[in-house]
Amino acid sequence: MEVKKEELLHIANLARLKLQDNEIEKYLLNLQDILNYANLINKVDVEGLKETVGERDSYNVFRKDEIDIFGNIDGMIKNFPEEQDDMIRVPKVVQ
Amino acid sequence: MDITELTVHELQEKLKNKELTITEINKAYIDRINEKEKDIQAFITLTTDEALEKSKNIEEKVNKGEIKGELAGIPIGIKDNMCINGVKTTCASKMLENFIAPYNATVIEKINDENMISLGKTNMDEFAMGSSTETSYFKKTKNPWDLSKVPGGSSGGSAAAVAANMVPWALGSDTGGSIRQPAGCCGIVGLKPTYGLVSRYGLIAYASSLDQIGTFTKDVEDTAILLNVIAGHDDRDTTSAKKEKKDYTKALKNDVKGLKIAVPKEFFGDGINKEVKESIEKAIEKYKELGAIVEEVSLDIANYALATYYIIACAEASSNLGRFDGIRYGYRSPKFNNLRDIYINSRSEGFGDEVKRRIILGTYVLSSGYYDAYYKKAQQVRTLVKSRFDEVFENHDIILTPTAPTTAFKIGEKSDNPLEMYLSDICTVSLNIAGLPGLSIPCGVDSEGMPVGMQLIGKRFDEETILNAGYTYEQATKFRETYKPTFKK
Repeated sequence: MEVKKEELLHIANLARLKLQDNEIEKYLLNLQDILNYANLINKVDVEGLKETVGERDSYNVFRKDEIDIFGNIDGMIKNFPEEQDDMIRVPKVVQ
Repeated sequence: MDITELTVHELQEKLKNKELTITEINKAYIDRINEKEKDIQAFITLTTDEALEKSKNIEEKVNKGEIKGELAGIPIGIKDNMCINGVKTTCASKMLENFIAPYNATVIEKINDENMISLGKTNMDEFAMGSSTETSYFKKTKNPWDLSKVPGGSSGGSAAAVAANMVPWALGSDTGGSIRQPAGCCGIVGLKPTYGLVSRYGLIAYASSLDQIGTFTKDVEDTAILLNVIAGHDDRDTTSAKKEKKDYTKALKNDVKGLKIAVPKEFFGDGINKEVKESIEKAIEKYKELGAIVEEVSLDIANYALATYYIIACAEASSNLGRFDGIRYGYRSPKFNNLRDIYINSRSEGFGDEVKRRIILGTYVLSSGYYDAYYKKAQQVRTLVKSRFDEVFENHDIILTPTAPTTAFKIGEKSDNPLEMYLSDICTVSLNIAGLPGLSIPCGVDSEGMPVGMQLIGKRFDEETILNAGYTYEQATKFRETYKPTFKK
């Protein structure tokens, strides 16, 4: 399968990444190379095999939905990129 | 006596006999870091000042009998993708350059409970994506055996720090080989435990169905001691297994008579360096001498396990790294007019080349039209890889392979060729795919004096058997007494 430039740009946009012109060519080559290698898996006969999602067999882990106050709120606030009155500041969402 | 040459069990012995004090030990390592860090570049953040204070404090408490614990005051290095409350946790990325973790990872709580002392956060490939520690945003770590070579990766800082005696042991994480391969490159012991044995709470996620925290040590006895500390169930990691607590040091019997070792011939084929092969073959002969039963088997999975790995790991990474958007924490680009600009510019400027490459690959294999061909297929191949291993383990106790196809390569040698770099993981990834434990131990050096790693693979939650096999080999061969890093330039 050949990866086209438009497709790469579409994928990058889905991942919220903007590629520079010099990156586009390089990533196209890299992606093609890696996908060619990844196509090895299409030579494997997996007819009838289940998919393994996690390492272990699927199971659910339940816990009670209890409120647990995080102990270091100041530590979290210090990591806000922009802050105002202990709240995260972001640009206007509704234009 | 050079304190920094000692293993942790030797340090413990000297502490017990009052030949050494906790502060003396910590000072010795801090001096060693101050001497070697300019050459090795193993650390992103050093916390040596705090460590020295802490060591005095712990020593006082131990002397007064206020705290016990056989590991009190023992220093350790921590890979910079594990959160330590109040300490920078960067994942070697510009994205988290200024992130100060507001809580402790479970493994950090456990080492704190033992009153161990972290000397610093070690360098790594950015977000643990790489096999050489070259993708770090901050620095390139050098291999203590040859400073022009890489230490392996992604936990290269932890491996190099232990090999260079800057810490007696360290923690790392392994998603496709990131503990075992650097341990092999640096001539030390590295263990990736079974998936689920060690909690990943507070480990910054790369590929959640593969990530596992493990150890770097100078010998296998130390591996068992450190695994005793970090293993155990944790409610905060839903993949954490409920298993009875074990004392892994009890597994070290120094006896492999009758142990059934499988040697898969496919792991010795094209692409495996001749000298690596020769070293491993010698080790196999040694195991035979020691009374083990060695059998060649077929395990034709290496190539497609690697292909499967890069599909699954990148898919999971593209999802896990979605959280880095410049909003709540991490890097926020100053260039924006709206919310969308923040996302795009923060991610494009904050992530490095390899991280973006893997996010793009992951997004591609998950996107409509390719999901079935790549992602779904990879999950099916994963089932196949697991069952192939299970088949071999029906008649064998452990599987023996090289840790990596080559010894450590030159810095820059593979930077421009991602696929070639990915092939460094060909011997290790299949264990992550199947969730198996793997131990890498040094088994010789090549003609350039670079260490060769041997990988021992065990059944799920049977760390004991590989630890005993590694220990027995180590006792019979004494690699550490014969070979030492030369720091040659």
